[in-house]
Amino acid sequence: MSDVLLEVADLNVGYGSAQVLHGVNLTVGGAVSLVGRNGMGKTTLCKAIMGLLPTMGGSIRFKGRELVGSPPHRIAASGIGYVPQGRRLFQSLKVNEHLAMLSRGAKGKRWTPNAVYELFPRLAERKKLGATKLSGGEQQMLAIGRALLLNAELLVMDEPSEGLAPRIVEQLVETCRRLVEEGISVLLVEQNLGVATAVSERQLVMVSGRIEREMTASELIDDTDAQRRYLGVESLEEVEAASS
Amino acid sequence: MTDVKLDEGAREPSGRPGLTGRASSHYRRIRTMGWRQLVPRLLLAAVLIFIAVWILFVTEVSSAQAAINEPGRFLRSILDSITNASLYFIVASGFTLIFGLMRTVQMAHGSMFLLAGYIALTFQRERLDINQGISPEQVSASNWLLPLIFAVLIVSGLGLVIQQVFLRWNAGQDLRQAIITIAISIIMADQMTANFGGVAKDITWPREIHGFIETENFRYATHRFFIIGVALGVGGLLWLLLNKTRTGMVIRAGVDDTPMVQALGINVHKVFAVSFALGSALAALGGVIGGSHASLAPSVDAEWLLHSLVVVIIGGLGSLRGAAAGSLLYGLAKSFAPAYLPASLTNYSIIATFAVLAIVLALRPYGMFGRAE
Repeated sequence: MSDVLLEVADLNVGYGSAQVLHGVNLTVGGAVSLVGRNGMGKTTLCKAIMGLLPTMGGSIRFKGRELVGSPPHRIAASGIGYVPQGRRLFQSLKVNEHLAMLSRGAKGKRWTPNAVYELFPRLAERKKLGATKLSGGEQQMLAIGRALLLNAELLVMDEPSEGLAPRIVEQLVETCRRLVEEGISVLLVEQNLGVATAVSERQLVMVSGRIEREMTASELIDDTDAQRRYLGVESLEEVEAASS
Repeated sequence: MTDVKLDEGAREPSGRPGLTGRASSHYRRIRTMGWRQLVPRLLLAAVLIFIAVWILFVTEVSSAQAAINEPGRFLRSILDSITNASLYFIVASGFTLIFGLMRTVQMAHGSMFLLAGYIALTFQRERLDINQGISPEQVSASNWLLPLIFAVLIVSGLGLVIQQVFLRWNAGQDLRQAIITIAISIIMADQMTANFGGVAKDITWPREIHGFIETENFRYATHRFFIIGVALGVGGLLWLLLNKTRTGMVIRAGVDDTPMVQALGINVHKVFAVSFALGSALAALGGVIGGSHASLAPSVDAEWLLHSLVVVIIGGLGSLRGAAAGSLLYGLAKSFAPAYLPASLTNYSIIATFAVLAIVLALRPYGMFGRAE
């Protein structure tokens, strides 16, 4: 287990009067997956970490420094790469422009635009294309590559497998594993249990704005009851029973 | 991993709303391009043909006469259009940066124009120590350029202050921004009238670009070509800035999704402040050139705000190409309407410019190069 990089304590977040997160506690070091159904507050947590939502209380510490109250650009620049839900690429920018606009601080570091093209050769072939012309998988590569250019120590990835074909999802898992092996910590928000359990051993289960349970990957895979209860996933046996 | 149902298969069809949604709406557009699209297009073509025939052949009733009989006047109208369009473009490209790209409602853009003109005028008169009736022969290039640079610096600084003090914390609040900047423009207009008087004044061109370019039966003022050159330069530099520099990419990205740019470690407010200053600088540049080409007087500020608004709306918010195309179209309407309307209707020529606006918006609601929100 790696050292703790990110420490969230008693975090409360809401939109207006509607509170979404109720005292979230978690630590991230190495790879951690956050699983849970829709609307449980996973994306809200990601946004709160990035400073994109105001918090109502609690603390978020990254490398021991308090992030609450810092503007998003400071938080990101301190070493957190954000891969948002829905990728949020810039529709007016080409592929290479996405990377070029972030290359200033990347010079001489591990992740430069060229290093991103090495990791994702597909992107190199599509440099001059507008971001909206890319396939879903390519868009996800670009969203990850863009976050890597910050030379971040922690990647916050929000549903990266969403809407991707199974073959592309496998590549995504490979990429995530490679990045973790390189020593980058990952907070992976996923509804796809296959992805979540393949990328990390630690599985945090989020229910109604709280971390309900922490499990290991194999515990979660074996526990069909937990899957149904927390994630609304049908186990394989049930699928087979239903189709026969 | 094997005994867990991977549900990405089920999500796949709905998983790419951006792509499939766009494609299907495109097909829908093609399919419905029946009479609803065709009729306005045919009408537009008929109107354009009518205008062309009118300008070419109908004599007597218009002040410029038919173009085939008086080609010189026709050429002059074309050149006038392009000169005016150039000046519109210089000012409106600044407006498209501020209002079109950054969506900041800056109703004091015309005030920036007028203030820069007055600053340059004052500075030029100070340098020459002459208070009235300066002839271009007395003005060296530096006595025009230095006042220009001085005015541009002061006004872009003022723009920056307005943005930082009043507008930055009202981001996205269109109505507040409008009221604040209208208040600023009223205060500035009163102060300018108090300080510079109500009589029209003009900055004097330097001798280098004063005079005429003449051929056998045609002559045209040199400084008008200079204005066209400046506009081309401004357009080229802005294009380079927006497309080839990191700052430009950040501006464009910030327009698409400001929070996301911030979440990538970029202080987007700094970049927006710079572009606001740049937009003000372009208004100032336009003001000094406009003050030399025409004159400075109270209410010129409101005129130029209107010009900028019309051009940016015709061309499409936030599009540099749109600002260029909008300027040209607006310039054409402005020069051709008084010259080719029946002489008894010349007073109504202003209506033609708004007819252009209405037609463009009827066919393309987001302007010629605009993008749906």
